[in-house]
Amino acid sequence: MGEVLQPATNVELATLIREAAVPLEVMGAGSKRGLGRPVAASAVLDLSRFTGIGLYEPEELVLAAGAATPMAEIEVALAAHNQQLAFEPPDLSRLFGSRHAGTLGGVLAGNLSGPRRIKAGAARDHILGLTGVSGRGDVIRAGARVVKNVTGYDIPKLMAGSYGTLMAFTSVTFKVLPRPETEETLVLGGLDDGAAVEAMSLALQSPCDVSAAAHVPGEGTFLRLEGIAPSVAYRREKLKALLGGDIGLLDAEQSARRWKAIGDVAMFADRPERPVWRLSLTPSEAPVIVAKIHAEADIRHFYDWGGGLVWLDVPPTEDASASVIRNAFASGHATLFRASAEIRSRVAVFQPQAPALAALSARVKASFDPKGLLNPGRMYEGV
Amino acid sequence: MLTMPVPDSAVLARRAEIAADLGRIVRGEGVIATATEMRAYETDGLTAYRQVPLAVVLPETVEQVSRVLRYAYDNGIKVVPRGAGTSLSGGALPLADGILLGMGKFNRVLDIDYDNRCVVVQPGVTNLAISQAVEASGFYYAPDPSSQIACTIGGNVAENSGGVHCLKYGLTANNVTGIEMVLVTGEVIRLGGKHLDSEGYDLLGLMTGSEGLLGVVTEVTVRILRKPETARAVLVGFPTSEDAGQCVADIISAGIIPGGMEMMDRPAIHAVEEFVHAGYPLDVEALLIVELDGPKVEVDRLIERVSRIARENRSATLRVSNSEDERLLFWTGRKAAFPAVGRISPDYLCMDGTIPRKRLPEVLKGMAQLSRTHGLAVANVFHAGDGNLHPLILYDANNADELDRAEKFGADILRLCVKVGGVLTGEHGVGIEKRDLMPEMFSAIELDQQMRIKCAFDERGLLNPGKVFPVLRRCAELGRMHVRGGQLPFPDIPRF
Repeated sequence: MGEVLQPATNVELATLIREAAVPLEVMGAGSKRGLGRPVAASAVLDLSRFTGIGLYEPEELVLAAGAATPMAEIEVALAAHNQQLAFEPPDLSRLFGSRHAGTLGGVLAGNLSGPRRIKAGAARDHILGLTGVSGRGDVIRAGARVVKNVTGYDIPKLMAGSYGTLMAFTSVTFKVLPRPETEETLVLGGLDDGAAVEAMSLALQSPCDVSAAAHVPGEGTFLRLEGIAPSVAYRREKLKALLGGDIGLLDAEQSARRWKAIGDVAMFADRPERPVWRLSLTPSEAPVIVAKIHAEADIRHFYDWGGGLVWLDVPPTEDASASVIRNAFASGHATLFRASAEIRSRVAVFQPQAPALAALSARVKASFDPKGLLNPGRMYEGV
Repeated sequence: MLTMPVPDSAVLARRAEIAADLGRIVRGEGVIATATEMRAYETDGLTAYRQVPLAVVLPETVEQVSRVLRYAYDNGIKVVPRGAGTSLSGGALPLADGILLGMGKFNRVLDIDYDNRCVVVQPGVTNLAISQAVEASGFYYAPDPSSQIACTIGGNVAENSGGVHCLKYGLTANNVTGIEMVLVTGEVIRLGGKHLDSEGYDLLGLMTGSEGLLGVVTEVTVRILRKPETARAVLVGFPTSEDAGQCVADIISAGIIPGGMEMMDRPAIHAVEEFVHAGYPLDVEALLIVELDGPKVEVDRLIERVSRIARENRSATLRVSNSEDERLLFWTGRKAAFPAVGRISPDYLCMDGTIPRKRLPEVLKGMAQLSRTHGLAVANVFHAGDGNLHPLILYDANNADELDRAEKFGADILRLCVKVGGVLTGEHGVGIEKRDLMPEMFSAIELDQQMRIKCAFDERGLLNPGKVFPVLRRCAELGRMHVRGGQLPFPDIPRF
């Protein structure tokens, strides 16, 4: 790795990009550097000086911060006002073996979200506005600080999950929400994958407002309830009656720990050599798809999002079971979330796209970054 | 008055030939080309502007949509997509030299999937029809724009429509998980589906709210929610808008996100009360409706908390709904606000800025000042929870300069919204109405970048031109698109 560039202002950043002669690896804290295809860049664009919470108005439900502000700092500030980022951004540091949970801009760049995704949405659903510099070296402000805004194209959403390939963010503005007063989790034991997804579907179809639903084979099927205590108690009893059978209960503290482990994919931290896949699927189809993959590969797996999100790890073979996994489903997408750089340069990390969509994605990339300066190849070859 | 691009006389001259060509793609009664019949399509919800299109085509299949777009692309003819034509910003205003692509025949619900809590529909299905299709099983589709009885889900995607419940349940963008769409080249692509988060760039997020400038949606997958067990509302009158605004802030600071939180100012309260007799107090400056939904035990508890907060903020009157009828009565007035204002004034312009909530008193004061300057009255309804303001400017189109004055008044209100950290439009879209105000919010560089996105989808600028962007720029000029053989595709695209 060559030079490290460390601009401190939008203008410096814009000048650097405008004058850049070589592709740049865009980086906040580098905590998720192992996610995506290896970037063919000869310099690092280090954004770590864009830090600090610039605006936080709890009663307006809005927070703006430098893109490289550490997540830990954001969470402390929000907790002081009993608020949170409702999409539950995960801390992937254990999974990736990185030093800390990364930055707020990184959460946006990866469109990360946790177990509450099914109820509250992902980073894309909470980003309100941002400032950054495009691959053309233009300073662009997009969106605003208000929730309802349809003025022009929704560039902030486009930035969610763009992995630094369109713009280098310097400041991001998120909607924040009150933290639930309490939570607890119902645990159903002894269900196989199919029965677990059915039970989760039943719970999610009920008016019990389940805020997270996961199934970890061998450990149980977990359903989280959040809100004010009397409401949680009422919904717990209702859900018990609906689902029947033997149901255990995790109190607030146990529940929080359990969901953090699920969201953070902590259970795959123990075998760093095994590639990890993240599959977004139609929930009811997931158990059959997993069974198909299981028949051909030695996997460990668990479900989040009521079955719609499948995490699995596989042996570090040549293609990390990519073809087995991607041939197992017709709709949805599979991302090679963690693997060695070698495997990631061989295997399509993100779901390959149909030709018309791939061509459109390439044109969108070029509209922001015609010279391919920002994180070239991080998502797709040539994009 | 806003101006539209000068029609291309070469295209106008080919009207009969183009109609015949379209008739070969969509047979039977799918093409309308006589001036009388096309009148039905000459305007949308922004009725001050009218234009008969070149031809109307009403396809029934995705293949027909694809062929119509490909034909337009090959022949350099503009296309304006249209759902139910309820846009309040002129998004579906036809162009004299453009084909109006009506999606009304795409009116089928394709798949109701309770296991995965989603519904797949064609874009011409109305917003309300989705909720009705799943109502018997206790489900609904959350975004509820006030035109929901007529507006289509395809139009909702184009505008990223909201509604009174989006504070708690999100806008269209947060409730759509997949679309099928046709690019102007006729290529069909799918973004997302029943699974969450589209792969690659979030083009689904980009399409939502793109006002028909990027592609034509042919199928939509939405998530459906289970209906809350109960809902109750509190109706609170305040002596000042400051008190009402503080009450809203305090409710949210207390960690409560109501299902709906709506405010009206004195002129709106009076117009509404005379119209529907909902029992609104007439001697208050601001009226707040706060609705809580969920299990009864939760709703009852939160109603108490909200009532306490209201009293702490000097509420002058406070009523809690004690029956479903009473809750609906509270809402009758708010939902009738637009027609009620329509009753007291021959015409009105509905504006749609969003502001940081706490700036409301200052914006209301500014608006009262502007009202005197422009000599026109204004009534305000306000999605208080999320800061989305709907000033209704009263005017009479029969008086020579009143439309002009009303538009200037509206523009000044939106400038004020932007000045306090807000935006030009919260849910109605830019369309033609706010097109020329875009530079109030965006720099030339930022607008150029937005237009480059447009170029990535529609290099020839054929989809809904004249909307959203105040200046048309050639894609080649914006610096990325291919210039074939040194020839620009449209060397004389106008600036206006």
